[in-house]
Amino acid sequence: MSEGAHLRHTEAGQPDASHTAILYLEDLNVSFDGFKAINNLTLYIDKGELRCIIGPNGAGKTTMMDIITGKTRPDSGQAWFGQTVDLLKLSEPEIANAGIGRKFQKPTVFESHSVAENLELAMHGNKSVWYSLRARLSGEQQALIDETLQTIGLTDHYHQAAGALSHGQKQWLEIGMLLVQKPYLLLVDEPVAGMTHQEMERTAELLTSLAGKHSVVVVEHDMDFVRSIAHQVTVLHQGSVLAEGTMDEVQNDQRVIEVYLGE
Amino acid sequence: MLKTHDLPRIFLLSLLLWFSPLLQAEQESAAFTQAAALFAEASFDKTGEAIDLLAASGDPEVVPYLQALLDGKLYQHEEQGTLVIVADGASTDGLRKIPTKNSLRRSLRAAIGQLSLSSPDASVRLTSANGLLETITPDMAPQLRGLLDKETDPAVQEALSLGLAMADLNAAEQPVRLAAIASLAGNLNPGVRNRLTTMTTDSDAAVAKAAQASLKAIEDRAELYGYAETLFFGLSLGSVLVLAAIGLAITFGVMGVINMAHGELIMLGAYTTYIVQQLMPQAIDYSLFVAVPAAFIVSGLMGILIERTVIRHLYGRPLETLLATFGISLILQQLVRTVISPQNVPVSNPSWMSGSLEINSVLSLTYNRLYIVLFCLMVFALLYFVLRKTNLGLQVRAVSQNRAMARAMGVRSARVDALTFGLGSGIAGVAGVALSQLTNVGPNLGQSYIIDSFMVVVFGGVGNLWGTLVAGLSLGVVNKVLEPWAGAVLAKILVLVFIILFIQKRPRGLFPQKGRAAGD
Amino acid sequence: MFITRILHNDRGGQIMLAVLAVVLVLVPVLNLLVPEGNFLHMPTYLVTLLGKYLTYALLAIAVDLVWGYLGILSLGHGAFFALGGYAMGMYLMRQIGDRGVYGNPNLPDFMVFLNWKEMPWFWQGFDMFWFAMLMVLLVPGVLAFVFGWLAFRSRVTGVYLSIITQALTYALLLAFFRNEMGFGGNNGLTDFKDILGFSLQSDNTRMTLFVLSGLALAGGYLLCRFIINSKLGRIVVAIRDAESRTRFVGYRVEHYKVWVFMVSAMLAGVAGALYVPQVGIINPGEFSPLNSIEIVIWVAIGGRATLYGAVIGAILVNYAKTVFTGLMPESWIFMLGALFVLVTLYLPQGLAGLVQNLKDSRWFHKRVQA
Repeated sequence: MSEGAHLRHTEAGQPDASHTAILYLEDLNVSFDGFKAINNLTLYIDKGELRCIIGPNGAGKTTMMDIITGKTRPDSGQAWFGQTVDLLKLSEPEIANAGIGRKFQKPTVFESHSVAENLELAMHGNKSVWYSLRARLSGEQQALIDETLQTIGLTDHYHQAAGALSHGQKQWLEIGMLLVQKPYLLLVDEPVAGMTHQEMERTAELLTSLAGKHSVVVVEHDMDFVRSIAHQVTVLHQGSVLAEGTMDEVQNDQRVIEVYLGE
Repeated sequence: MLKTHDLPRIFLLSLLLWFSPLLQAEQESAAFTQAAALFAEASFDKTGEAIDLLAASGDPEVVPYLQALLDGKLYQHEEQGTLVIVADGASTDGLRKIPTKNSLRRSLRAAIGQLSLSSPDASVRLTSANGLLETITPDMAPQLRGLLDKETDPAVQEALSLGLAMADLNAAEQPVRLAAIASLAGNLNPGVRNRLTTMTTDSDAAVAKAAQASLKAIEDRAELYGYAETLFFGLSLGSVLVLAAIGLAITFGVMGVINMAHGELIMLGAYTTYIVQQLMPQAIDYSLFVAVPAAFIVSGLMGILIERTVIRHLYGRPLETLLATFGISLILQQLVRTVISPQNVPVSNPSWMSGSLEINSVLSLTYNRLYIVLFCLMVFALLYFVLRKTNLGLQVRAVSQNRAMARAMGVRSARVDALTFGLGSGIAGVAGVALSQLTNVGPNLGQSYIIDSFMVVVFGGVGNLWGTLVAGLSLGVVNKVLEPWAGAVLAKILVLVFIILFIQKRPRGLFPQKGRAAGD
Repeated sequence: MFITRILHNDRGGQIMLAVLAVVLVLVPVLNLLVPEGNFLHMPTYLVTLLGKYLTYALLAIAVDLVWGYLGILSLGHGAFFALGGYAMGMYLMRQIGDRGVYGNPNLPDFMVFLNWKEMPWFWQGFDMFWFAMLMVLLVPGVLAFVFGWLAFRSRVTGVYLSIITQALTYALLLAFFRNEMGFGGNNGLTDFKDILGFSLQSDNTRMTLFVLSGLALAGGYLLCRFIINSKLGRIVVAIRDAESRTRFVGYRVEHYKVWVFMVSAMLAGVAGALYVPQVGIINPGEFSPLNSIEIVIWVAIGGRATLYGAVIGAILVNYAKTVFTGLMPESWIFMLGALFVLVTLYLPQGLAGLVQNLKDSRWFHKRVQA
């Protein structure tokens, strides 16, 4: 795609990823009360890529997601979505509507709504107050909900309150909510925590199938899971990138071994 | 002010009257004999001469007689011609009252003033030097200079030089007057100010101009002290706010409990003061020393009761806590109305609380306000010490930061909760003792402070004792600064609106707790 | 039909509205058609009392909309109610004309008393009914907008928000007590004579106001139910349950909050406007924080996030208040205080929740036996 300078024009709302990368994080710094959570972090995510991010606790993984989604503002640095969208100038809903979806570490769904309603609320589309007052589900939207429920295996739970789902099912529902949002970039924080081995495999399958169409960033602790899906792995340590490469390269990196195993 | 000056004089006089038989002997002196003869002629002119004669004697012992003459209490024995001071209601048989008239009384006052200036007692000299300012005339200047040279007491020296300058204001020579005016610049004595104000229209243009300049200096200085006074009022109001809020800073700030009955715990403290005073009516002066610990215990126990019966079940549900404790506040109010009285009850101030500390003639700090400020700082320091340096404080902070972890470390969190709440409530009771000295004590006392208290805590930043102190004091000062031009009610409204806007700008207050946890 | 679609799945609402409809028919019959002296006759004071309860019920719905569904515990809704009431009161003041004590045709009595020479600008237009009614909606609405916009945009939530709503009504209380504000100070607005030319003393006018209050309650109920049933309603509940999640799926939470807060404030304003002509007075006491927090307890007792529970709670508590303040005034405050404590401790879902639990358990027992 890098040769496609003629593709520079962008469709309305689509990020201009004409320079291969869809997400640019450059020289980011964040500190909380003197503690540097993010330290000169520079990271690029390509269009259609599936990237895993690993690192010990406190490496700044969640804070990085917070910056991308507008929850935390960095003290300095740049964060761009494509060529044209300055993430640091947008609020959380604006970033979401620009095409970045996020699944949280702790699954958060709308507990008193039914599973289908959760998907309805997350669905892309006009999200203004007056519009939502008169909004009705179109056939197309209904079809998308049904299809997504199929994908995440919750068709039988259509009318069930989301709060009554099991932990794994909530994880899936949240992934489903990401899908109906139709984002260009998915940020997935610990998607397989609390899942059985079987569920984990299905999740791996799903995430791999998403890559290509979407860019996917997965933060995960489970090394087997990371190995099963990742092409590119980035290791974060003390708020900056320690190593980057394939799983094998990273695992043999002396610095990474030190960080994980201690001196 | 005149009254306070008169007090020692009257005291001295009555003392002298008591010993008047002893004084009889003094009448042997030449001045007395001559004066008595002049008085006996019963003419105003001769009386005037007699006064001058006595005054010229320079003998301080004649002062009581002159004073008695001024007060219409000086009589002359019709046969022996001796002078007698007659106490109120005493018999005047065989005595003749010595009459006076306005002009005589004026010279009497001047004479008494001058004579007192040579009293061996420095405080008498000071009083009379101050008293001189109202009656001073240029011809007294040489005499004052003489006295000033001999004077050793610095306060009297100052008063005398002021009197001298006042005397010089009326001097004939322009340079003397100008020098006097210049020396008076910045002097806060109201007499000086009045005098200079009249001189700004003096026929001598140079004098008028100098007077204006000196007056300006006086007004600037008075304004400065005016600010100081506003600051003091503000700090004392702020101290009240801090006292009312600091207990809340613990229950709300440290524990996260919204206690709407906080105001009523303050009220209970105030009523405890009332009851303590009822129990020891003979010793009002000491009542507060009993009331402070009593109120701490009463309100603290009530707090623990509330925590154990209601709040304990509502941890993690702040809005429900708010409603339940509001219900408790209604019950406590009604309880006081039913058991004691729906009316306000009288709480007396100990005598050491009345009066004021005079810095100078435009700035005086009333003791009750001064004590409130000191008391507030003491309570704050004590509380800070308890939370920072004691084991209980350590446990309280541990539970407030991570309940589960604290419990795992062996902290009995239920007990800590009860004690913390008791501590915050007890402090509310102590605040009630302080408030009972400033406002009416009635069932609604607490209600009027609850919103203010919350504002202070929220403005200062929840969970931060220093924030509460700074917020309370600064809100108090802002309130008092606004009051002169906005009026008390509007000032309060403006402060409320300001806080509402401020919270929206900085939802976590002046001194927010930082860190990632605080952002969730 | 529209209404049936709105009330589908809302048994409580259906029953409540049916009872309301019966009351709205029965009360006029008992008051106007049954002759006085007959034991079935309903005296007018009772009609007015019921009318007052109905306006309280509407106010309670407004509070339930923001508290039950949006999760914002407003301790300042009494302010919106009072502002609506003042707007109506100003119209009624202007209708007095020269029949006041001072007989001044241009100025209300309290202005004459304060030696004011002319009407302040903010009293202009209130002689026109339509303008006053517009203000009944606009004044609370605009205040809610400004306040909500500031508060929600800077993400003030939870107890902080509750406390500043309380400060808001407290500030207004202090302001309206001032004579200089031009709203009658301490005494407020009173001595009203008539509305749109009809005497406020007449039975027919009072009956009309009662019926209007009932209709307003029904209308307010249907409006709230319509909002809750729409996608907007689902978003609002989503905000209540997981505010930041709602942001991350792309909703501008503050817009939704402000919108609902405004609707709620306007409903409260309408309630206030219907309340004032029936009780005949509006004074700054309506702004007192106690009033606002009392509304919350009506909703809590009835059961929040049910709407009909708010109606039941408002009417029950106020009926109890009328009865007990009459019988033993001392006891009422104790009872109200105890209600706050007991409801939050033992009845978190309110009466509506209690009924639901009973129904569930009975159903459960039947199933077990079968």
